[in-house]
Amino acid sequence: MSVQMTREEVVFKRPAPLGEAFTHYCPGCTHGIIHRLVAEVIDELGVAGKTVGVAPVGCAVFAYNYFNLDFAEAAHGRATAMATGIKRVQPDKVVFTYQGDGDLAAIGTGETVHVATRGENITVIFVNNAVYGMTGGQMAPTTLPGMTTTSSQTGRDVELQGYPLRMSELLATTSGAAYVVRRSVHDIANIRKTKKALMTAFKVQMQSMGFSLVEVLSTCPTNWGMPAANALQFIEEKMVPYYPLGDYKVMDAVRPLVVN
Amino acid sequence: MKELWKGNEAVAEAAVRAGCEAYFGYPITPQTELLEYMSRRMPELGRVFIQAESELAAINMVYGAACTGARTMTSSSSPGVSLMQEGLSYIAGSEVPAVLVDVMRVGPGLGNIQPSQGDYNQLVKFGGHGDFKAICLAPSTVQESVDLMALSFDLAQKYRTLVYLVSDGALGQMMEPAELPPMRPINKQRPAWALTGADHRPPNIITSIYLDPERMEKLNLRLQAKLNEIRKNEVRWKELMTEDAELLLVAYGTMGRVCYTAMKQARSEGIKVGLLRPITLWPYPSARIAELAEQVHGILTVEMSAGQMVEDVRLAVEGRCPVQFYGRMGGIVPLPDEVLNVIHEMNEELVMARPGETVTVS
Repeated sequence: MSVQMTREEVVFKRPAPLGEAFTHYCPGCTHGIIHRLVAEVIDELGVAGKTVGVAPVGCAVFAYNYFNLDFAEAAHGRATAMATGIKRVQPDKVVFTYQGDGDLAAIGTGETVHVATRGENITVIFVNNAVYGMTGGQMAPTTLPGMTTTSSQTGRDVELQGYPLRMSELLATTSGAAYVVRRSVHDIANIRKTKKALMTAFKVQMQSMGFSLVEVLSTCPTNWGMPAANALQFIEEKMVPYYPLGDYKVMDAVRPLVVN
Repeated sequence: MKELWKGNEAVAEAAVRAGCEAYFGYPITPQTELLEYMSRRMPELGRVFIQAESELAAINMVYGAACTGARTMTSSSSPGVSLMQEGLSYIAGSEVPAVLVDVMRVGPGLGNIQPSQGDYNQLVKFGGHGDFKAICLAPSTVQESVDLMALSFDLAQKYRTLVYLVSDGALGQMMEPAELPPMRPINKQRPAWALTGADHRPPNIITSIYLDPERMEKLNLRLQAKLNEIRKNEVRWKELMTEDAELLLVAYGTMGRVCYTAMKQARSEGIKVGLLRPITLWPYPSARIAELAEQVHGILTVEMSAGQMVEDVRLAVEGRCPVQFYGRMGGIVPLPDEVLNVIHEMNEELVMARPGETVTVS
C-alpha cells in the first residue's frame, strides 16, 4: 500500500494588514468584509509599512484594533481633517480614513466637502448603512424615506426630517475629486467590484492624482431589526434604488488606473 | 539686530524660525496677519500651510500633523478658540504636542475685535471637556512674544502637551522693535510614537478612547503626573520693585505693561508699589504670590475682563491680605492713570488701616 504525498498549498489566508483580534461588530454586519477588502488591497499594493489609517467615531471607532497599521482615532466627523494634517506633513505615506454615514455625511459634512474640493491626496472609505449604529439605531443623514429608526419611529417623514443625502453624487461635483464611486457588499459579485474600486482608489492616491472615495453600501441587521440574510436583500431592494451603484467621478487621468 | 515688527507677524516669523513644519488656520480678526504671513512664508520654505474651512477643521488638521511628531501650530482669536476646544481636548487626551496662539478679542458672542483678556478662563482652566491643563505663556511685548513662541514649541515637545501663547488684540496689532532669533534647522527625526507607518515595527496607535474605566483612569493619572511635573518645572513670572513693596500689582500681558507705567508713577509719588507679572498663566506663580502676600499690605489685580485671573490670585493669597480688582471690558484698555487712581484709593485705605495693623495678617 502506498501513500500519495501531496504538498499543501495555501490558497486563502488572512492578509497581513488585518489583525487577528475578534471584532466587536454584530453578526451579519458587513464592516468585517469591508475591513478585509481594505487589508487585502493594502497588502497587495505592498504599502502596509507606509500606511496610516484614521478611524472615525461610530461603529468603526475601534478599527485600529483590527488592522496591523499605524492608526489615529479622530474626533467625530473630523477624520478627513486629521488625515489632511497627516498627509501634508508626510506626502510619501498612504493615508486613508474609514468613516460611517453619521461621521462623514452629518457632523463631518463640511470637512468631507472641503477635503474633496481641496483635492487632498487621501482615500476615504465611506461605509453607508443608513443608520447610526454605535449609538443604537438613530436616523442618519442617509436613512431612507419611510425607514424606521429609534429617532424616526414611525418612519422617516421627509416633510419633517428632510431627505437623505447622496454623498457620492454631491462630491462628484467638486473639481478636486479624482475618483468617487459607489459600491455594495451585498453579494459576491459586488464584493469583488468593491475590492477593485478600493484598489483603484489607493492607486489614485499613490499616483498623487487627488481625492478618492469609495462609498460602500453596508448592512446593519441589528438596528434595521432583521436577520442578516434579509439585510443583504434590503440593500439590493431598498438601498440600491435610492443610492445607485456606479462611478460618479473618474478623472480622465485616472482612467488608465481603473482596475476592472 | 532689532527691527520694527508687527506683533502678529513677529510671532509668525518666530514660529517659522523655531522650526514650525505645519500651520493650519482660519481667518479671524485681530489674528489674521499671522495667518496671512504664514500663507506666503511657509510655502516659500516648502513647509505646510492650509487655510482650513473652519477652526474645527484647522485644529483637527493640527491634531493629524501633530501625530507625525512634526512641529505644528494654529492661531486664532477668542470665538475661534471656543470652536477649537473639542479638538484641543482630543490633542490633550492623545498626548501629541501642539501650539495654539490666541490673539484675544472681546466676548461674549461675536463681541468685537478690540483687545481683551476674556479668554483667561477658557485657556487657563482648560475649556475643553475632561481634566487637563495646557501650558499658557503670556507675553507683554512683541519681543517677549517672539521669545515665548520658540519656547512654546520646545515645551510642547518636551512634555508632549498643548502650549497656548496668550496674546491679545493690542499685542498682535502693535509695532515694536524686536530681535528675531536665527533660523533653527527642522528636526526631521520623528519620535518613536509618531504615525509614520508600521515599517518593521509594531503599529503605533494614537487615540483618546479607553472603554475600560480602569485603563481610562490610568491615562488620566498619567496626564495628571505630567501636569504635576510641569507645575514643578515651568512656573515663570517677572517681578519689579517687590523688595520693599507695600502694595503689589498683579497683571499679565498688555495689562502688565500698563501696570508697569502706573507703578513707576506711583513710585515717583513715594508709594511703595511693586509688580508681579505672571508669564505662565498655567502653571500659575501661586507660591510666589503667597509669599509676597505675607509682605505687602494689599494686592491689586488689573485685567481687561470682569476679573478672571483675580480668582487665581485670591486662591494663592488665601486671605493673607486684601485683594482688589480693577478691570475694563468691551475692548477698553485701562490707562495707567486709571490704575494709578485705584492705587491712590487703595493706598489711602491701607494708610488708614495701618496704625491698628488690622489689614496685614502675617
